[in-house]
Amino acid sequence: MAGKVSKTKKKTAKAKFVPNIVAFACNWCSYAGADTAGINRVQYSPNFRVIRTMCSGRVTPGHVLKALKLGADGVLVSGCHFGDCHYIFGNYKAVEQFDRTKALVKTLGLDERRIRLEWVSAAEGTRWGEVIDEFVAQITTLGPSPLNHKPKSRK
Amino acid sequence: MDRATLELKKSRAFLCLECGKCTAICPISRFNNSYSPRRLLADGLFYGADNLITNPLLWSCLTCQLCSQRCPVDVKFSEYMRDIRAEACRQNQWGNASHGGALHHIMEMAAAPALKQNRTGWISDNLKVKSKGEVLYFVGCLPYHHDFFAKDFDYAPLTAAVDTVKILNHLGIEPVVLDNERCCGHDLYWLGQLEKFDELGRLNLKEIEQTGAKLVVTSCPECALALKRLYAERLGGVNFTVKHISELVAENIDKFEFSEVPLKVTFQDPCRLGRYLGVYDQPRQAIMAIPGIEMQEMPHSRRGAICCGTTNWMNCDAVSKQIQHSRLTEAKATGAQTLVTACPKCQIHFRCSQCGDESQKVDINITDFVNIVASALEG
Ligand code: SF4
Ligand code: SF4
Ligand code: FES
Repeated sequence: MAGKVSKTKKKTAKAKFVPNIVAFACNWCSYAGADTAGINRVQYSPNFRVIRTMCSGRVTPGHVLKALKLGADGVLVSGCHFGDCHYIFGNYKAVEQFDRTKALVKTLGLDERRIRLEWVSAAEGTRWGEVIDEFVAQITTLGPSPLNHKPKSRK
Repeated sequence: MDRATLELKKSRAFLCLECGKCTAICPISRFNNSYSPRRLLADGLFYGADNLITNPLLWSCLTCQLCSQRCPVDVKFSEYMRDIRAEACRQNQWGNASHGGALHHIMEMAAAPALKQNRTGWISDNLKVKSKGEVLYFVGCLPYHHDFFAKDFDYAPLTAAVDTVKILNHLGIEPVVLDNERCCGHDLYWLGQLEKFDELGRLNLKEIEQTGAKLVVTSCPECALALKRLYAERLGGVNFTVKHISELVAENIDKFEFSEVPLKVTFQDPCRLGRYLGVYDQPRQAIMAIPGIEMQEMPHSRRGAICCGTTNWMNCDAVSKQIQHSRLTEAKATGAQTLVTACPKCQIHFRCSQCGDESQKVDINITDFVNIVASALEG
């Protein structure tokens, strides 16, 4: 990771900040969308880890906050477009949960742009790539999260 | 002997007579037959505490201290639980956290030194606060609770903070409110995450010291316990006095001119305010000084008060709901219209049990001590 590079190559004065992003993607649209991006060989930033959930409505403030606590620089929650949710209204629930998370993130003093809610369908492989690229660019300008540290292992 | 077993000496667990009085009175055991503090003690002492760390019942105890009121040899059961939980945490065990663990994550995030929070958005222009002074108001989790719960229940936790400042202003006190106050760490302490607790405590003590405060007022009994007793215990003494707002109101009761509030109320003694800090009379004195208020005591009150059913945001389950339901039924049976509590968490838990099935709902208003005092000030 960034820290290690700077140690081995001492001449590069400051290691470039490479954001670490956690992306929660729903099984039926966004995760399939990410698959489509792979199948179509869309070129986009690799600095994210996907966590598949059955529905975006499953992603609660607890999940997003945990990712941030463990040092993620940004968290993306992605689901189906409205009307397409496999569980009919799961993504409406996701909006409610996300608003709550956002309020907490603001109160905690983190930049609210560190978390993002997007809708990507299974066909939108290109859009998945664009969403990630855009988010990576945004997090890069925001810099590392104040909570970005080597996490101690604990559940 | 393993480390956790050694710790047992401190909580007097070795003295247990296995009389079972604790199990007889424990609110959890009443609804969950498989939970018995006596058995948890016997198992820990007989087989070694390490055998308990994977037991899910380890996280059930409310650390409400009710059992210690009855114990003939003064076993500190809550502390016994804390020590075994500490060992469990060291070995990466964890119980069922409520709300997806969100509140625990917030507590742990608050320990990051680099954090600059926005906690003071609730302070409107009519409230007088300053950044340095003798008296500090420690707000506690209310801003987080507000973000998290205000939408679910018809309840705005931050009104407690607003009303506390109103009461302090009425006494001619302009309290200091910290911009970057951290979680007090109370819950992490009882969950055995003592290192995180220490980190939070050190950060808070530093912030408080910088304001020059001599008196710290809290509206939450858990903050009061943490600041007064737990910080002293783990981090060496603190150089300020700590008071719950009800103590301050009772001391200065002649300085208030209350208007009439015609209401029948009953009072829920929060575990930390009552059994831990011994503050029973002050809130009652203050409430009864308000003309028009009629106070009815519940059969279980003061030392024998029953906990609101969940603590530390852990293990909220059917048992918690049953405890809450029976407690609210008890409150209602006194003929009171309103249940007054002095702890923001009691309020959240009781309100939660009123949600959902209308036919099961115990219809009683729930309000905070500071809300009722402030409403009598405005009148
Ligand atoms: S502290 Fe409370 S919940 Fe825990 S065993 Fe004792 S009475 Fe039961
Ligand atoms: S009441 Fe005290 S002595 Fe009796 S079983 Fe419980 S802990 Fe042991
Ligand atoms: S299944 Fe995709 S948002 Fe619900």
